[in-house]
Order: sequence, then C-alpha cells, then structure tokens
Amino acid sequence: MDSREVLCLENISKAFFGVYAVQDVSFNINRGDVLGIIGENGAGKSTLMNIVGGVIPADRGRMLFKGEIYTPHQPSDASGRGISFIHQELNLFNNLSIVDNIFITSFKKVEHTPFINRNELRRKARDILETVDLHISPDILIERLTPGERQLVEIAKELSRNPELIIFDEPTTSLTARETEKLFTLIKKISSEGIAVIYISHILNDVLDLSNEILVLRDGHVTDKGKTADFAVDRMIMSMVGRDIQQMYPDALPCPKEQMLLEVENLSQPGIIKDINLCIRAGEIVGVFGLLGSGRSELARILFGLDQYAQGRIKFKGVAFSMQNPIERIRKGFAFITENRREEGLLMEFSVFDNVCLSSLRNYVKALGLLDKKIGKPVAKSVSELRIKAGNIRKHQVKALSGGNQQKVVIAKWLMTQPSLLIVDEPTRGIDVGTKAEIYNLLNIIASAGTGILAISSELEELTGICNRILVMSRGEIVGQYNSVSFDREKILRTAFRQDKEGAAHEVR
Amino acid sequence: MTQTHRLKAPGHNSFVSRLIMSEYFILVLSVLYFFLITAIVPSMMSVNNLKNIFSNMWPLFAIAIGQTFVLLLGGIDLSQTSVMAVTSVIGAAFMCNSANPAVLGKAPIWGWLITESGGPLAAMPAVTSTLIGIAIMLIIGTLIGFINGNLIARLNMPPFMVTLIAQMFYSALAIYITKSQNIMFLPETFENLGSEGIGFFPYSFFVAIFLATAAQLLLSLTILGRFIYTTGGNIHAARISGVPVVRTTVFVYAFSGFCAAIGSVLYSGRLMQGRPTMGSAMLLDIMAATIIGGTSTFGGKGKVSWTLYGVLFYTILATSLQQLKLDNFTINIVKGFVILAAATLDAVRSGIRRTKVSAVPGQVGKKAQEHG
Repeated sequence: MDSREVLCLENISKAFFGVYAVQDVSFNINRGDVLGIIGENGAGKSTLMNIVGGVIPADRGRMLFKGEIYTPHQPSDASGRGISFIHQELNLFNNLSIVDNIFITSFKKVEHTPFINRNELRRKARDILETVDLHISPDILIERLTPGERQLVEIAKELSRNPELIIFDEPTTSLTARETEKLFTLIKKISSEGIAVIYISHILNDVLDLSNEILVLRDGHVTDKGKTADFAVDRMIMSMVGRDIQQMYPDALPCPKEQMLLEVENLSQPGIIKDINLCIRAGEIVGVFGLLGSGRSELARILFGLDQYAQGRIKFKGVAFSMQNPIERIRKGFAFITENRREEGLLMEFSVFDNVCLSSLRNYVKALGLLDKKIGKPVAKSVSELRIKAGNIRKHQVKALSGGNQQKVVIAKWLMTQPSLLIVDEPTRGIDVGTKAEIYNLLNIIASAGTGILAISSELEELTGICNRILVMSRGEIVGQYNSVSFDREKILRTAFRQDKEGAAHEVR
Repeated sequence: MTQTHRLKAPGHNSFVSRLIMSEYFILVLSVLYFFLITAIVPSMMSVNNLKNIFSNMWPLFAIAIGQTFVLLLGGIDLSQTSVMAVTSVIGAAFMCNSANPAVLGKAPIWGWLITESGGPLAAMPAVTSTLIGIAIMLIIGTLIGFINGNLIARLNMPPFMVTLIAQMFYSALAIYITKSQNIMFLPETFENLGSEGIGFFPYSFFVAIFLATAAQLLLSLTILGRFIYTTGGNIHAARISGVPVVRTTVFVYAFSGFCAAIGSVLYSGRLMQGRPTMGSAMLLDIMAATIIGGTSTFGGKGKVSWTLYGVLFYTILATSLQQLKLDNFTINIVKGFVILAAATLDAVRSGIRRTKVSAVPGQVGKKAQEHG
C-alpha cells in the first residue's frame, strides 16, 4: 500500500430496490491529489459520496481510510476521521455570525465556567479566515455575505477541523466568475498542503483545470479514469454520455421575423434595474448575460409581472400592460421558466401530469368550472414529444425525476399554453450534458416556430451558442449589445465586469 | 416502475405497510376500535348509543369539511368556533318568537333587534323565518371567512395570527351583544332541522352529506379544486404558473366560514337556542377529526372522504370514553394521545412514501434526486 494513500474504495456497490445506483466502483486517492469526478445526473456521484460520508451504507465492497478498514455508520464517523464535505447547498446558519458558525460544534468555554470564551474564539476565527484569504470581521452575520464569501467561510470551517480529505460537490453553482477564481486558487493551495481533494462538477473545464486525475461515472459504473493530462472535453463527454455528442448547439440560429413582440422603454426600479431598453422580435432568441447580482433575474420577474417597477413602459405586440400581474401576462402569451425549478417551477410532490397542465388549466374549463377531461391528450403528447422519462405520468411525482427531466416538465407546462414570448432564466442549471443539448435544440425549434425567447444565463458559452443577440447587464443596466456575427466572448465578459467598480474591473484588466 | 426489477425489501409492500398507506386505514381502524371497545363496554352497541354517534358526527363533519379546505391550502382556521357562536346568536336573535326582558334586557341588541315579541322575523311563518334566518347565518359566516381570507391573501398576514385574532374578536362579540345570555324560543322548523330526521337518518346527515359531496366534486373535478391543491402544494410555483392564488385563498377561507355557519345552524337547532359560547370547546375536536383523517397540515394533500373517516373515528372514540364513565381530564388526556398518534402516523406515512419514491430506476437514492 502506498503510504500516501488517504482513501481507497474497492468494489463498492449499492442498490435501491434492486436497481444499482453504484456498482463495483473502485478508486483511490493520495495526499495532495485532486480527483475530479464527473457524470450525468443520476450517474451515481452523489450516492457514492453519501457512502463515503456515512449517510448510507454500501451493500458490498470495502473502503480503506489511510490503510485501515473504514465502515462509517453515520456522518459523524466520516468527519471524525477527517473527511469534510462542501455541498452545493451550504450548511451555514444565516442568522448567526461567522465565528458562531465555525465553532458551532466546539464552543470553547472560559475555564471552570459555563460561559463561552468569545475573545479566544474570535482570535482563532480570524486566523482561520486568514487561511482562506478572507479579511472580514468574524462577527459579521452570514446573511450579509455574498455566496462566494459564504463558500469560503464553509471551507474555513472545515479546514479548522484539520481534514485529510475534502469533498467539493458542485461548489461553484452560485458563485461569480471572480469568486470561482478565488475558490480555485484556494483548492490548489489546500492540495499543495497535502490534503486530498475530491471535486465533483458539471463544468468540465473546471475539472480539467483543477484535477490531476479524473473518474467518470455512468449509470453507477466507472466508465473511464486516468490522468487529467490524458483527458480532453471530448473524451469526458464521450465517457459520460456513452455516445459522442456531435453537436452541443443547433446548426443554425432561428430567423427573427418582422413582427415586434416585446418593447421595453426606460424601465427602472430604484436599486434593482435602471433605464432598461430592449426589444424582442417574433422568432428571435435574445440573450441576457450578466454576473450574479447584475439584475438579470430581477428584470425577468418585472417583465413577467411578478415584481413592481417605478418608471418606464412594457409594450407587448404594440400594447402597453396596465397591470403588473402574471395572470394577465400568461393570458397574453408570456411564459416564464424560472432559475430555481424546485422552489418556483414545480410542485415537487405532485404528479408529472398535474405539473404539466398547471398553466393551461384555464383553456380547458367547461360550464360550472369543471375541468375538461380532454386535457389528458395534449399533456400526454407533450410528455412524449419532449421525451420526459417518467413511468405513469399521473402517479409519478416530479421530485423522483432527474434534474433534466424536471426541467423538461417545466418546459412542457409552458408549451401547453402556446406562448408567444418565452422567458428562460438559467435554463440548463444543474442539468447533464445530454439533456442540455436537447434543451438548446428545443429552444431553437420553439423560436423557429415564431416564439420570441429571452434567455438569461450566467454561462456565456450557451448564450453564444443559441442567441441571435446578446445583451450584457451589469449593476441593473444594459451595458452592451452584441449580434451573433460579432460574438466575442472575451469582449462580452469584459463588458459584464466593466461597471463592477468594487474590484472586478481590475481583475479582468 | 416494474415490480420485477425490485429486490425484496423487507417491511415494504407488506400487508401492514399497505394498510397504513391505504386511504381506508382510519375507516378500518374505526371499525376495529368499535368492536374492541364493545367487548369492554357492551352498551356501545345499544340502539340509543348508535343513534347518538350517528347524530353527533354530522355537524362536526360539516365544520371539518371547511377546515379540510383550509389545511389543503397549507393554512389553518382557528376562527371557526367563533363563527359558530356569532352566527348562532345573530341567527337566533332574528328568528326567535319571544324573549325574556329579565334575561336579555341589558343586552346591546335589546330594543332594536330583539324585543319581548322576538326578532324581526318573528311575525313570519316558521318555514319562511327559518329559511331567512339560515340565510343570514350563512352570509355572516361566509363574510367573516371572506374578511379573514383577504387579510391573509392580500396583506400576507400569517393565517395563524389572523384567525386567532378573529377567534378572540368574534367570540367576544357574541358574548357582548347578548350579555352572555342564550336566546331561546326559536321557530319549530329550525329546531327540527337540528334534532329530527327521517327514520334512522337525522336531517343533519343529509345536510352534511350534500355539503361533502359538493365539496369533493369541487375538489376533484373543477379547475378551482386544482387551484386549491396547487396553491397548497407550492404557492410560489402556483403564482408563477398563473394560478390566481389570492382569489383561491379568499374563497377557501370564506368557504370555511360557510361550513362553520352550517355547523352552527345544525347545533343551534339541536340545542334550541342561540348560544354565545357555542363551539368554544370544539376547536380541538375540529382539528383532531380533520388531522386524524389524514389531511396533511403542510398543505396540498387531503380529501373530504378522509375527513369523514376522521370524524367517524373521533366521534366513536369520544362516545366510548364517555361510556367508560371517565372524567373530563382523563378523556382529554386520551384524546391528546390519539391526536399525537395521528400526527405520528402522518410522519410515518410520509416516510414510507419517500422511500418508495426513491425506487425509481435511473434516479436512485434520496440524495441523488436532490442533486438534480
């Protein structure tokens, strides 16, 4: 055995009701290594990490931690050995201060009294924050930090426990580009200090950048592994999907038609958006790129009538709206795929059927408010057209579907209303590569049929792949506009950062 | 989900787990309990007692239907009991044929609404006066619910606060306007509605069953029913999907007030009086029956028929405890345990449901789903 070895898995298997979530997975990781684990949703990454973390037991196989047999029964067994998790959703108490969060399980008391020794804790916390390059007071409440700073606090908290292995599970989903950069520097530093790191992510370039070894999972099996130097994005996708995704983005962009759909003039809401002017034609896909906090999602909510605005006008097909009310918008042909499908897009406990018909119920009303049974047909049709993988759509709860299929349910719900303007906010967040390509293709088809699409995203690559035009937002304003002929990623990024005076500007220089 | 792909998972799909998951679990439990308790107290089987159970449950059922709607929405209506009190005394004040000045003379409604020769409807024939009186009661009940609903939906106030305040306000109002005196001498037709029946079936049975059928049809067949379930399931997603959540909420609370008023009609008739303290001890019964039935307090899940089983079970339980000649404190202790058991059962059921959900091929394990 290699004395540098930290964790070793041998033929780990786990089945739920006879379906293997993880089957015969073996790998090992040494001190100072960064192992990147990739795979589509449902490939078994999370199950595997839950086994390592003691959340669920393995059915077969064994694990060795620093050469000793390791069989965790509960999460505290893992943390006791020095295995730390940084999850997508952070485990911080927003209402408490940084120092309280760091020492939540190990408050030090003034000797011989029951009182917490705050001064010493504060001193310690400051040292710990120093290690993650965060220079702020440890008394600040978590709720006042940016997502990136929270991530760093979480890492600081784990580092204070002297871990041997840190597992990052999609840590960058809510971070800005700059914060991501900072996180990567930190991860490299951690690993150079001899801590083993497992990094799980959908963003393949990040994995290439960070890791020195890569493990690819598909349907619970290891389909590929090796040195990162031997990997390229093509090989990663090939191993993940089992087929070569020839084409991520559609061949041709949709052709905008003459008809003007949406015209927005001088739209302002103090502190949120300022002087927004934009227009969308029928059959056109307009992208909005911006960093977190640039006002892109807020703009979408205002356009859809969910939030108020102080000044300006929103005209649809030449007519101004009188009310800020989503019901009227939907009746006029708006549709809105929100960025967080679990909270705002879906009824997680309800069936696929209930979700798909939700927005179009009003079109199927008979006398006395009775629901027309005919609605079953179009629902079944759109479920099969979008290739939503669900058993019995009237019984299957959407929470049991994969992220990609859940997103398709949201799309199906809106296609049922036959919208003329579709607003999509982060349409592929947390979705595997295969489904991503399907969704890009779908948006293209929808636009080609004459629907205007406003696509909001923080992934510039996808916007340049599907949009006719891209608007760049920063600090609530539109600061640039690019046509598909002149998409230049570097230039767009630069524009997005330009007005961010608090630091971003000089980093992009 | 194909059965063949599954390994045998002990505990699941067994008879016990299927019974617990069944819609009819509480109904089965009611019958079992009834026979069990009859073995101990044979008087449970007596014709009188059966009649008692059968007439006691219907007014409670009518009120609990309203509470079921509110729970479906993820809310709670604590004001139902005070709606009963206030509609009971106002309805009685309108309908009564005479009143005793020695009793009611100091009440604020004396002299302009109610006098020695009764209320404004006293001169009319009993049937007309009853119909108008009932209409007034229902309108007042609905109106109180309507106000609650608007406060909750338009001002975003928590249902707990709004209905708790309404409970205090309207029950105090009922006592204030009558100086805490009962109003007697109601029209015979009205009294009969609460106490008589056709053969074995009390009129209250027909009223409650009619209400229940209409309510269940509304829930399962109409678009409004979909709106109620989806608003309770996830109000944010519902709003964005174009569900009129404000109007749905207002409707549900108004309906809850309406149902409480129906209960008040039946009880007032049975007691043959308008009683300002009516329902004051009933809140627990209403909540218990609804929750025992299985309607989730988290919203989005429940049925009128479940509430019927809950009411049946609760009524049998309450009657049996009386038959055992236990004192009030003991009865309440037992009732408390049963409600706790019902809440625990809900948790167990959700637990089973959750593990069953994770048995979906291709997307396995709780954490794996959350990852998406």
